[in-house]
This record gives sequence, structure tokens and C-alpha cells, in this order.
Amino acid sequence: MTRIGTPASRVDGRAKVTGAAKYAAEFEAENLAYGAVVSSRVAKGRVVGIDLRDALGVEGVIDVLTHENRPRMARSKKAYEDDIAPGGAPFRPLYDDKILYNAQPVALVLAEDWETARYAASLVRVDYEQEAHVTELESQRDEAFDAKNSPKPRGNAEKAFAAADVQHEAEYWLPIEHHNPMEMHAATVIYEGKGKLTIYDKTQGVQNSQAYVASVFRLKQDDVRVISQFVGGAFGSGLRPQYHLPLAVLGALALKRSVRLVLTRQQMFTFGYRPGTIQRVALGAKSGGTLDAIMHDALAMTSQYEDFTEHVTNWSGALYKCANARYGHKLARLDLATPIDMRAPGGATGVYALECAMDELAVALKLDPLELRLRCYSDRDQNEGIPFSSKKLRECYRQGADAFGWDKRNGAPRSMRDGSELVGWGMATGIWEAMQQKASARIVLTANGHAEVACAFTDIGPGTYTMMAQVAADRLGLPLENVTVKLGDSTLPQAPVEGGSWTAASAGNAIALACEGVRTQLVRFARKVANSPLADAKPDDAALVDGRIVSKQDSSCSVSIPDAMRAANKERIEQEATAESNDDGKHARYTHSAIFAEVKIDEELRIVRVTRIVNAVAAGRIINPKTARSQILGGVVFGLGMALHEETQVDHRLGRIVNHNLAEYHVPANADVHDIEVIFVDEPDEIINPLGVKGVGEIGVVGTAAAIANAIWHATGIRVRDLPVTVDKILG
Amino acid sequence: MARTVRAVMEAEPTAPAPEKLTVTLVINGRETRLSVAPWTTLLDTLRDRLALTGTKKGCDHGQCGACTVLVDGRRINSCLTLAVMKDGAQVTTIEGLAKDGALHPLQQAFIDHDAFQCGYCTPGQICSAAGLIAEGKAKTVDEIRELMSGNICRCGAYVNIVAAIQQAMGKA
Repeated sequence: MTRIGTPASRVDGRAKVTGAAKYAAEFEAENLAYGAVVSSRVAKGRVVGIDLRDALGVEGVIDVLTHENRPRMARSKKAYEDDIAPGGAPFRPLYDDKILYNAQPVALVLAEDWETARYAASLVRVDYEQEAHVTELESQRDEAFDAKNSPKPRGNAEKAFAAADVQHEAEYWLPIEHHNPMEMHAATVIYEGKGKLTIYDKTQGVQNSQAYVASVFRLKQDDVRVISQFVGGAFGSGLRPQYHLPLAVLGALALKRSVRLVLTRQQMFTFGYRPGTIQRVALGAKSGGTLDAIMHDALAMTSQYEDFTEHVTNWSGALYKCANARYGHKLARLDLATPIDMRAPGGATGVYALECAMDELAVALKLDPLELRLRCYSDRDQNEGIPFSSKKLRECYRQGADAFGWDKRNGAPRSMRDGSELVGWGMATGIWEAMQQKASARIVLTANGHAEVACAFTDIGPGTYTMMAQVAADRLGLPLENVTVKLGDSTLPQAPVEGGSWTAASAGNAIALACEGVRTQLVRFARKVANSPLADAKPDDAALVDGRIVSKQDSSCSVSIPDAMRAANKERIEQEATAESNDDGKHARYTHSAIFAEVKIDEELRIVRVTRIVNAVAAGRIINPKTARSQILGGVVFGLGMALHEETQVDHRLGRIVNHNLAEYHVPANADVHDIEVIFVDEPDEIINPLGVKGVGEIGVVGTAAAIANAIWHATGIRVRDLPVTVDKILG
Repeated sequence: MARTVRAVMEAEPTAPAPEKLTVTLVINGRETRLSVAPWTTLLDTLRDRLALTGTKKGCDHGQCGACTVLVDGRRINSCLTLAVMKDGAQVTTIEGLAKDGALHPLQQAFIDHDAFQCGYCTPGQICSAAGLIAEGKAKTVDEIRELMSGNICRCGAYVNIVAAIQQAMGKA
């Protein structure tokens, strides 16, 4: 029996370790054509001429599509908006001659094989009329405008800050970061004829992709089927339909053939990213270590055509008691692609600055940084003036500190050593929203005691297959191996994109509800069994346990599922249910964490090693501690990359990203990662949703970069306020 | 107004396709003869020609390790290797590790330790780990970490990958 809360191995594990799991670019089709994208070489302007002669002269090239010769696409900008689109007008690939950012797609080569397509793409000659571009965030401070969602203030922060005993004020910089999932974005479009398409897409939302394709190409929704059963990572990059999707469809419609299009790693840097951000945090405190004023302002980048906004600045309202707070969020338009959510969007950014600022305030107050957090602890969400559905953050601090050995920390910088290495211990708090979205799930239970659970969510890696199977097995009283999962197919019951850490709560509660429907039917059937021990049972009087319908009053009274179904002359029970958030605005819903980090830094070489991390997480009920632990481990590694490695570099003279590959855009490698301990703090929550589930996809990232940056200060005495903390910044 | 210059499709292409060469590869113990263009990588040969899509493409530049396979027992990046360079070689891909339906100890260890999430780097990690164990150089945890650093896992499963490799080493 594998119930909710047991550390089950992934049900799709075998498919993944044997190579049987198939990703978007791995589906075969008869007469498949291969695409290769030609990217713009200028940042702004328009295309004035495209010479295709050399490309079309290559044997094996079938056609080259440009904005001039492509099949029809919707004219209205509205038709290109997807579920996740921010305000503005989405980018329309190959729509017209306009260049909105460097390396945007300008042509699509279609050939009989990939090598030919790639070679011919190098022969497409494009002439541009260039305009002056702007890609540097800092240069646009004075041009920035207020984002629409700036959170509301409380009290008078300016005045309280000016009057505070102790003040800390600083700017914190975060560069552009790219998701870089290991699988490049890709689509295989199967041209079925009669206006029908089956599309294997790399996406976090199959129904989002389906609606987009139907809208842009004026196809019937039912004629477009989007499948994404395995996704090779996404981290937000697949929330919106990226340009590989419409281009692959354009190719298929133009050729009336099936088409596969895979972006190159370089082209993975030609759409959404975590926006570069400059934040100013000002904290005013009483000398006893309580906060009087918080001012948190962010300047973030967006494109010329959409207003991408995250929640960056007001996380402190849920964490730290403070009567006076003011938050600001400004956007600057740059000639870059629109940013997109990247794992813990806004939270990873804002909490980094906040938690570094809290560390600096603790130093100014001569207080232990953990003690400062405890003195400022808030039992209410001050942004909304409401209590929490649950908040076991104190317990995270306690258990995390114990496991780490925080009480042995000498607070003075450069005070701890290990041979030739400086040792630094830093900590930070993490917080993320616990959200639930409307989703539907279908259960089909057959008389042999096998259940199929289906929902259109994708599994981008967190373990959605396993989570769905576990919830169904738990609620139906079946062994895990008797449950099969269908997901990642637009024909399945409705699901939003997989993101925001909401999948477990959204799909899980829908599955639980559908299981209740199954149980109700089974009890009704059980009553029909001759001399039924459940003859008088009402649906709520019985539970499903070990393949039987069992009376809650007397467990010796039960009927087996096959007997009940036989009595009702049924071969199968099918139930679909839709679950929605019960959020009535009376409680704040968050996950929390406390992160403790140890760094060791060679005194002379200044190479930083993150030797130890403890992350204690309070995230409600954990459905699968094994896969949830992996989520936190992965989040911590993502945060480690943010702290030490990741930075997309733009050559502002060209308006072009120059380190667009995995050799020059550094992400953590195996040798960068040492011991990471994950603790799940017990956090019952009967308010948040029937399962008490909060989600763990993002919380592991939030705060990690701050804990490491704070540890680096403790080791070296050098405070670096622009990520990543590379060797050059701590040479001293 | 932009103008696209399109060629009148001529009978003879100006750039003919490269002449194909015949190679024999022993893939997962099976001799496979095929004619392949010189510019085709071993990776694309496996994925596009032989439908062995367990070997993954993550960068095409030898920077991520997702395409790691064993050639004559040594781990290599198949994206940096042209198929025609390996005439006669023994190639083992992820599809060839399990024997008669029984998982290779590394495959089982990866499941046991949850050493993957999205699964895309996993075949490369496992083939690389098989190569690592065969090399016999890695004795300590730090050596495993160092010698597995050519295989990027963006989901960040490194802690579990190292634990899985240690388990498999214990069995090996």
C-alpha cells in the first residue's frame, strides 16, 4: 500500500532510466521534414531583404519560410495571447518585417534532414535597416514607469525610516538569468490532413499550446491535439508557447508534411528569461532589533512590446512585523525579448535582496541574524491584514539551526577557518505562495481493481505522475501499481500550465474529489450485494481500504470492489471532478523555509565552495517525501547557481547576448554541489485545501542565494551586492 | 518594403548533398550497417536514423554531457563525434544497458535514490557513470563529483546522482 506521505519511487522512473521516455523531438512520422531557425543579427529595426538563393540551392532543402511567404497567421495581436501572457501585444514570429530583439527568428529553413536544414540556415542572407537600441537596464532608471501591480503601503515608511535608531540602505543587483532546461525547446508536428494536427510540444501547458495554435492558425480547437508526456525540464521557460511551436506549425501547413523543429542551445537564449533587476532595500530598526520601516523598490526590465511584472518587493509583509512599509516596482523597456517566469519568479529576486539586507541590519544591530528574524517574526500577513492558514517558520528556524549547528557560529567576519580556507556561515528565510488553480481529474476504476487517473497537467520533472498515482491509490485504497496515470495530453480533463508550485494542490485535490465520487458509487453498489454487510451504509460511512469498501464504524463489515461492481453489473466506474481553490481571502497562504549555508573560500585564490546547506521547509502536507526532497535539493542547486554562477551577458553595443551556451553561461555542475540536507517540518493545515497540500516546486530556490551571499560576507568580510558572487568581486 | 529573393528552383542544386559513406557500428551488441553523410554526428545518427532516442541532445557542443554514450567501453560525447569516425566501433547506449529486462545496477540505483527529475540528462548521467566505474579512478565522493562534472543536471539532482553511483559501485 502506498499512501500519501510515503516515499514512493517514481512510477515513471523505469521509462526515464532506460531511455524509453519520449520527449517532444523524439516522435517519428512518415515523410518528416526538419526545420532550422535563422535568427536576426540586429537588435532593432526591420528586415529589408532576404536572399534565399544559396539556401534553396542546397540539395535537400524543401523551402524557406519568411514573413513574406509564410502561410496565413492571425492578424490580430490578441489572437497570440496565451493563458500566461502579460499585458501588451505578444511577439508574433515571422509575422512581419519588424525586429524587436536581437536573435529573434527571421526565417525557417525546411529540409529533408537536420544537417541540411542547419547548413542552409547559415546561407540565408538577411539585410536589415537598423535602429538604435537600448539593452542596458541601468541606463533606463529615469525612463522607467510604475508597474501596475505595485503593492499597497502601510503607515509612513519614509518618516519611520528617518527616525529609526539603526538604518540600513543598499542596492542589490541581479543579472538576467536563463532557465536552460537540458532539453531544448522543440515540437514535432504530425500533419494528419483534413486540417488536423497532432503536436508533440515541449511545454508546461498542453491546453495552453493547443488554444494558442488554434487561435493563431484559425483551426478548430478539437483539430489540434497537443501532447507532452515527458518534458526535459522547463523551470518556467515552457509556460508560454515559445516560437518553436508556431514555426513548426507554419512549416507543416506550408509543406503539408509533418515537421520537427528543435531550437539550438544558442536559441534557448532568444526568448524569456528572469529579468535583470536593481533593488533598493531600506530597513529602519529599533536598537532592540525590531523593525520600524521597510522600503523595498525594484527596477526591472521588460520588452518593448509586453509589460512583464513579478511580485518582487512585498514578501517582507508576510515575514516581518513592521508597521511602516512602502513598496515600489518600476519597469524599463529594453530591446530584448519579454522576460518570463523563472523558478520562484519574483520571490527568488525579492527575497534575495530582503534577506541580504536583513543580514546587514543584523550586523549593524550587533545581533545574530537568526535572532533578528525571530524578533521580527510576524504572525499575520500585514500586506492583507490577515492570519496565515499555517506558518511553521519558527519550527523551520529551530530545526534548521539545530541540524546545521548554528549555535556554534562566531558572529565576527573572518573568524572561522579550516586550514587555508576561510569558513563562512550564513542564513536566510524563504517564502513562496501556496496556490491552487482550477483543475479537473478523471478516474476510471475497472472491476479488476485497477484505476486510471487522468488530468492534462504536464510533468516537467517534479514527479507529477507519481503524485497523481499516490493520491488516487490512497483515496481508492489500491496498491500504487494498480494505478496508471495519463497526463500531458490536451484531450484530457482540464488543467492549467504546470507552474507556481500549484500542481500538487490543484491536481491532487481534483483527484481526491473524483475518488470521492467513485467511493459514493461503490457504496451504492455494495449495498446491492446479497446479504451485504453494508446494506444500510451511506457514502460517508465507508472508506476504501485494501481493495475493499469498509465500514468506518466496524472494519469487519466490508465488501470487495469486484463483488460490489458485480452486484451492480458494472465493469467500470468513471468519475470526473473539478476542484477549485477555497481561498476566501481570510487567510494568507504561504510556504516557508529557513536556509543555512556554509561556504569555504581559499584565502588566496578566493574560490568559493558551498560545502553545506540545510534547508528546513514548512509546506503543509508532503505527498511524497522522496520526490519532494528532490524538489528542494534541485531548488537549492538552482539558488546556488544564482548565487555563484549564473549571468546572461549582453554586449550593449550590439544589443546581443554573447554567452549563449553552456560553456559560458555557467550553471552548477556536480563538483559545485556538496552536502545538502532537507528537513520537512510538520505543518498540518486544515484551511488551505482538503489535502492540506502547499507545493514545493519553488520554495527551495527562495532565500538560498541570500544565505550563500551572507555566508560569503561572514567568511571574507566582503559584502557583494550584485549576483553572481564571482571570484573577482571578493578578491578584496 | 522587404523583398525576399527566391530562386527559381533549378533542376540541379547549386550545392549537392554530401556523398554518403558506409559505416558499420555495433550498437548495443547488434551490427548495424548504414550509409551516412560525413557531417552527421553519432548523436544524430542514433536519434534520427536509428530511432535510439534514449541518447539526448542538450547542446550539440560537448558542453552538457546529455549525449554521453560508451564507445569501445569509454564514455564520449556523441555530439562531438561523427558517425563515420567510428566505423567498426562498439557503441553502448542507454537502451543497451538493461539485459533481458533486468535493469543495470546503475539504472536501479538511479531509481532507488531518485537521482533524476525531468529525466532528460539521465541516460547521459548513467552512461557516464558506467564509464566512470569502468575507468576505476574515482574512489571518493569528491572524485565522483569531479569526474561526473561533464554531465549537467539542471534539475539539480547531483546529491542523489552521487549517492546512486556509490550504491552501484558497492555492487560492482
